[in-house]
Amino acid sequence: MKKITRIVNGRVIDPANRRDESADLWIANGQITTAQVGEATETIDASGLVVAPGLIDIHVHLREPGQSHKETIASGTRAAAAGGFTTIVAMPNTTPPADSAATITWIKEKAAREACVNVLCTGAISKGLKGEELAPFGSLFQAGVVALTDDGHCIQNHEIMRRAVEYARMFGLTVMDHCQDYSIVGDGIMHEGEWSLRLGLPGWPRAGEEMIVARNIMLAELCDSPIHCQHISSSGSVRLIREARARGVKISGEVCAHHIALTDATLAAFDTNFKMNPPLRTQEDIDAIIKGIADGTLTILCSDHAPHASYEKEVEIDHAPFGITGLETQFAIFHDVLVHQREAIDLPRLIALFTSEPAALLKLDRGTLGIGAPADIVLIDPRLDWTFDKDQSASLSKNTPFHGHNWRGRAVRTIVRGETVWSLPT
Amino acid sequence: MSSWKRKDLTGLDELDADEITFLLDTARAFKGVGKRSLKKVPALRGKTLVNFFVEPSTRTRTSFEIAAMRLSADVVNISATASSLQKGETLKDTALNLQALQADIIVLRHSSPGSSRFLAERLESSIINAGDGAHEHPTQGLLDIFTIREKFGRIEGLNVSIVGDILFSRVARSNIFGLLKLGAKVTLVGPSTLVPKSFEKLGVRVIHRIDDVLAEADVVNLLRIQHERQRKEYFPGLGEYVALFGLTKARAAKLKPSCLIMHPGPINRGIEIDSDVADGAQSVILEQVTNGIAVRMAVLYSCAGGAGVPS
Repeated sequence: MKKITRIVNGRVIDPANRRDESADLWIANGQITTAQVGEATETIDASGLVVAPGLIDIHVHLREPGQSHKETIASGTRAAAAGGFTTIVAMPNTTPPADSAATITWIKEKAAREACVNVLCTGAISKGLKGEELAPFGSLFQAGVVALTDDGHCIQNHEIMRRAVEYARMFGLTVMDHCQDYSIVGDGIMHEGEWSLRLGLPGWPRAGEEMIVARNIMLAELCDSPIHCQHISSSGSVRLIREARARGVKISGEVCAHHIALTDATLAAFDTNFKMNPPLRTQEDIDAIIKGIADGTLTILCSDHAPHASYEKEVEIDHAPFGITGLETQFAIFHDVLVHQREAIDLPRLIALFTSEPAALLKLDRGTLGIGAPADIVLIDPRLDWTFDKDQSASLSKNTPFHGHNWRGRAVRTIVRGETVWSLPT
Repeated sequence: MSSWKRKDLTGLDELDADEITFLLDTARAFKGVGKRSLKKVPALRGKTLVNFFVEPSTRTRTSFEIAAMRLSADVVNISATASSLQKGETLKDTALNLQALQADIIVLRHSSPGSSRFLAERLESSIINAGDGAHEHPTQGLLDIFTIREKFGRIEGLNVSIVGDILFSRVARSNIFGLLKLGAKVTLVGPSTLVPKSFEKLGVRVIHRIDDVLAEADVVNLLRIQHERQRKEYFPGLGEYVALFGLTKARAAKLKPSCLIMHPGPINRGIEIDSDVADGAQSVILEQVTNGIAVRMAVLYSCAGGAGVPS
């Protein structure tokens, strides 16, 4: 008998189709369908819950191939499902880097076997992520990448970046950039300010990000082609992007949850779970970023999920790798801070930032509950107060600064192509 | 009266004024031991101290070694070249091995800020920070403060100027934290690259003309200036540094007669300090070295819970 699922009593929020209403949602053949297809074989009660398109995270490190001691496609996608994400975009700084069609194909085949949510790939901008020669965008595109980035690295040579953006345009691929000027940042570890002076740690000044954001604005304008600025951390970057977008420049920016939840003061105990790149900054930056999200300057929310083994993180702070996990915590943090505490945006806009916005940026056929769309759905309880326990995390790695933190709101059930891949244990 | 409850000394930033005063008072009691013909007390008899120096140092290591010996502790020195860190062992594993070897006290010198705290949170042994990168060098800060307090009888209200490479100086940070807690007025002096204005957020004054502080200073603490290694983009050269910030004879003549001239050593004669000024009547540079032993005895004794403090 054909499986027909009916999700009842929920509040359907589907920004791509401008829907926010109490309605039932029908699923057949793994697709969203109309109500008339037949008798439901499965009924899901969504009383008190929001029914939304499955969330999309365009900035995830899945660590395969080559770093499976940190994370695997299997464990990383389980963590994604537990966070309400049905589609995640993997960064290319693997071992080897994803700078060839062969590696992309390997990832896609492994994901087809092991992933419980959709895994999309980015290709490297430069061969070996070295910032010197362009990777083969044409064959990467044919292999199915959805964007190009050297994430974790930043192309310092403006001419190479210019040609990358121009060449990517031929394939309709967005170039995403980790904005960091190496000569200014040097061996910087944390935000340059009062706390870096107090702790004697090398500073990573705002200008190190803003210079490259400004560069990207100029190149997006020169090439009339999109550049997406990853993990914006600085107030000045928000201002630059706002001004450029007002002029019609094809520039966009994304925000990680930790950059609106934590300040540089949290480094006081030298805990490496507060070390990430770009670094945690000040309340002024947090306020500017939240304002940027509220006024439409910053259109993408993400985790920069960056798992590392405990033995790699539990070292001297200047030796520790940058990055923290985030797939399971980010939605709750963004919801708690942006919607609940600060009332900067409403719940439908929050969902748009996780669905229709990333889908539009990368031209994905996801992030919608339109008839015929893949039945990737998340059920969200916006009133649930909960506490994050890293030991319950599905990620292989536990490098999180959020152990024991409380938030309001979270995903409670994640559905991919009509199948429930995760639900909150009761 | 014991306001000391800690097993470790990782920095002065986390201490309160009472704790700092307690260590200074304890150091005063121990200073007398060095004046005896038999320079030894049994306070840490049977305890094992490891000087674990992952960065080279002769002066600080020797001072800790003498301090430990005067307290009757058994002392082992481990240097970077001999240590397993060279073979890829992590700091945590090396330290766990030292604990397994039943070290009661580990004195750590390491290039990473926070490295002492990292060990203190993970080991039962007492961890004494002998310098963690540019973060803190608490016993140097304490011995500087001890020397000032011995001369003036107080710290509160004194004008202390610290001159030189503040940005990269753990000595400066420990002095700043300790002096401010005890009520001194601290002024940082040096090139705007090495003494950024943002230091004022810590509660100090920042000045880029040394001549502006000479007349008012009760203490001038000169830090060793380095140009040879990684500081080339911070100032043009030592000649210009001497011209702008060196404590020359002419500048020293503008100091109050009571003003102390200090330096954590090793000094660069003719660079941050004129050679004659270093040897002059106002210089307490060698007294600092002697006081360092008493201060380190106090720190080791307080953290490692010995018995037999001299009255």
